[in-house]
Amino acid sequence: MKILVCITNVPDTTAKITFAESDTKLNKTGIQFIIGPYDDYALARAVELKEQNGGTVTVLNVGEAEGEPQIRKALAIGADDAIRVNAEPTDSYFVASQIAHIAQQNNYDLILMGRESIDFNSGVVHGLVGEMLGIPSFSPVMKLDIEGSTAKFAREIDGGKEYMEAPLPLVFGCQEPIADWKIPNMRGIMTARTKPLQVVEPVAVDDMAINEKYTQPAAKGECKMIPVEDVEKLVTLLRTEAKVL
Amino acid sequence: MTTEIAENQALIEQTVRDFAERYIRPHIREWDEAQHFPAEVFHKLGELGLMGVLVPVEYGGAGLGYREYVAAIVELSKVDPSIGLSMAAHNSLCTNHILMFGNEDQKRQYLPKLASGEWIGAWGLTEPNTGSDAGNMRTVAVRDGDHWVLNGSKNFITHGKSGNVAVVITRTGEPGDKHGSTAFIVERGTPGFSAGKKEDKLGMRASETAELIFQDCRISDSQRLGEVGDGFIQSLKILDGGRISIAALGVGTALGAYEAALAYSKERKQFGQPISSFQGIAFKLADMYTDLQASTLLTFDAADRKDRGEKVSLASSVAKYHSSETAVRVANDAVQIFGGYGFIKDYPAEKFYRDSKLCTIGEGTSEIQKLVISRDILRD
Ligand SMILES: Cc1cc2nc3c(=O)[nH]c(=O)nc-3n(C[C@H](O)[C@H](O)[C@H](O)COP(=O)(O)OP(=O)(O)OC[C@H]3O[C@@H](n4cnc5c(N)ncnc54)[C@H](O)[C@@H]3O)c2cc1C
Ligand SMILES: Cc1cc2nc3c(=O)[nH]c(=O)nc-3n(C[C@H](O)[C@H](O)[C@H](O)COP(=O)(O)OP(=O)(O)OC[C@H]3O[C@@H](n4cnc5c(N)ncnc54)[C@H](O)[C@@H]3O)c2cc1C
Repeated sequence: MKILVCITNVPDTTAKITFAESDTKLNKTGIQFIIGPYDDYALARAVELKEQNGGTVTVLNVGEAEGEPQIRKALAIGADDAIRVNAEPTDSYFVASQIAHIAQQNNYDLILMGRESIDFNSGVVHGLVGEMLGIPSFSPVMKLDIEGSTAKFAREIDGGKEYMEAPLPLVFGCQEPIADWKIPNMRGIMTARTKPLQVVEPVAVDDMAINEKYTQPAAKGECKMIPVEDVEKLVTLLRTEAKVL
Repeated sequence: MTTEIAENQALIEQTVRDFAERYIRPHIREWDEAQHFPAEVFHKLGELGLMGVLVPVEYGGAGLGYREYVAAIVELSKVDPSIGLSMAAHNSLCTNHILMFGNEDQKRQYLPKLASGEWIGAWGLTEPNTGSDAGNMRTVAVRDGDHWVLNGSKNFITHGKSGNVAVVITRTGEPGDKHGSTAFIVERGTPGFSAGKKEDKLGMRASETAELIFQDCRISDSQRLGEVGDGFIQSLKILDGGRISIAALGVGTALGAYEAALAYSKERKQFGQPISSFQGIAFKLADMYTDLQASTLLTFDAADRKDRGEKVSLASSVAKYHSSETAVRVANDAVQIFGGYGFIKDYPAEKFYRDSKLCTIGEGTSEIQKLVISRDILRD
């Protein structure tokens, strides 16, 4: 079985976000980058499926060279090889087009992604890729098993879970608890260097979206402490100030 | 440093950080209070390859160098120094002694188990009456045909109870004679070999410290490490490397305390402003940072020298001395920056303060490091 895992290179969840170049770019100085947490689940499940069923796991990132440490980490965790599409990914459509282009050349049985990136959080790339390849896509998938050429999986829906089966090939957007995040071992880290990382140039795609300006969310107000005896005051404030009631 | 080494080091640091956040941080307080030695964490560290960092791949280890080893200890100790201490003692004392001085059979028999974390190792040099003056040890090994009979006791031994195997240095000649001692591998369960009491400690409480007792303990000559009479000299060589790991422990401990104090100083407000805006606190942070930078550079310098195959007695003593004193000073300042909260167990400074003190004592006290350093620089 050939599995493709698409990973993003995103700021650590605890990073302090600021902007540069008149608020048109993320200020990357001092920021620790990580593999997108949902992509990490997808990768962990892919490695488990490979261990159970044999096959290969390829990781793919559409991004610039600065993301290579994250790609190496994915190789250390257990992917066999990697592809980096050398481009600044400007929007979801651009990214999906690059992924679809790579997929068309390689016949993957399974394309695993995160349910969403954690920087732009659109949650659309898997759907777009499915559409471009003409194969079904599902998200957010929290359980996935493969039996022969059939995938049995569960998807989170409003108020419950939906259990489904579908023939491969398929595209999935994954989330916990599909697998436990994997921590690479020392031998994995050392052998990651010897695994192939292919850098390819992007195919031409029209920009569909332009990010004009970023702003910080409004700062949190001071925390008001209201004594237990003053429940009425609390209710009034929730109505008039917080406007949540 | 090449980019390759830097990238590997960064990935190792991230790996250990992820591991510590997931498997150690949630339990720090509980292990500390109950003085629980979490053997399962060491088995897991073994799966990552951190129980045989320096052991070549052919013996089941990770086959890495001291730079990577130091990086891993720093990251572990930043979260819980007692885990860093145990990991260091297992790797650089017990496992490394067998790696450096064991014969092929001994290496094949013990290294894979130790490097995978299936077995935990102990190393016994210190005795109740001989610590700094270890050359005068009393535990004796007497030859009896193809066997040796061990009698005596070792104290303050890391993993003295839970260790599956111990490397023990015994007297086989005259007391005080540099060539009067010999090292042996003794497995748990060997008749005549038992564990004594587990110490109740000030800090490093999740790291087990206990006594090893030998009463007519008979072991085969095949358990002897190297030549008869070489035990003490081997120990000094083991400690040369071991001290780099304790230097790393000091760096990690100081870093943990410093980062906690830095964050707290920006959050805590008094007189309407963050306490970090008071020069008295800001200068303390500047001193902590400066000491820490120096310790870090000394420690990695010693590691790099060791990786290049240079003699490191001086460099490792300097690094160990500087980092341990830094750890104690920085942890002390961290408590001060936390004020009353620094005295309370709900905040991290208190534990770093208790843990840090071991650094100036274990694997040669600061006074002994000064002895080693001064002898070296005064030698003609
Ligand atoms: C100005 C700008 C600069 C950027 N710079 C970088 C950069 O340097 N490096 C970088 O990696 N990303 C970069 N990004 C891309 C960003 O991280 C997202 O990957 C991209 O915008 C898609 O976001 P999304 O919210 O639509 O993804 P979603 O639809 O939320 O993502 C769903 C899943 O699709 C997959 N996926 C999404 N993006 C990628 C990708 N780029 N490569 C592989 N798989 C992917 C992942 O599995 C992800 O979990 C940049 C984006 C912008 C707008
Ligand atoms: C938590 C913990 C774990 C340990 N783990 C191990 C282990 O795994 N294996 C092992 O073998 N040992 C271990 N030790 C023992 C440790 O190495 C010794 O405690 C240390 O070497 C000091 O010996 P001592 O305690 O006998 O102190 P002493 O040697 O009695 O020293 C007392 C004081 O006298 C000073 N002093 C001694 N000689 C001189 C001198 N010549 N000049 C100036 N001052 C001097 C010392 O610096 C110290 O301040 C451990 C100890 C602890 C606390």
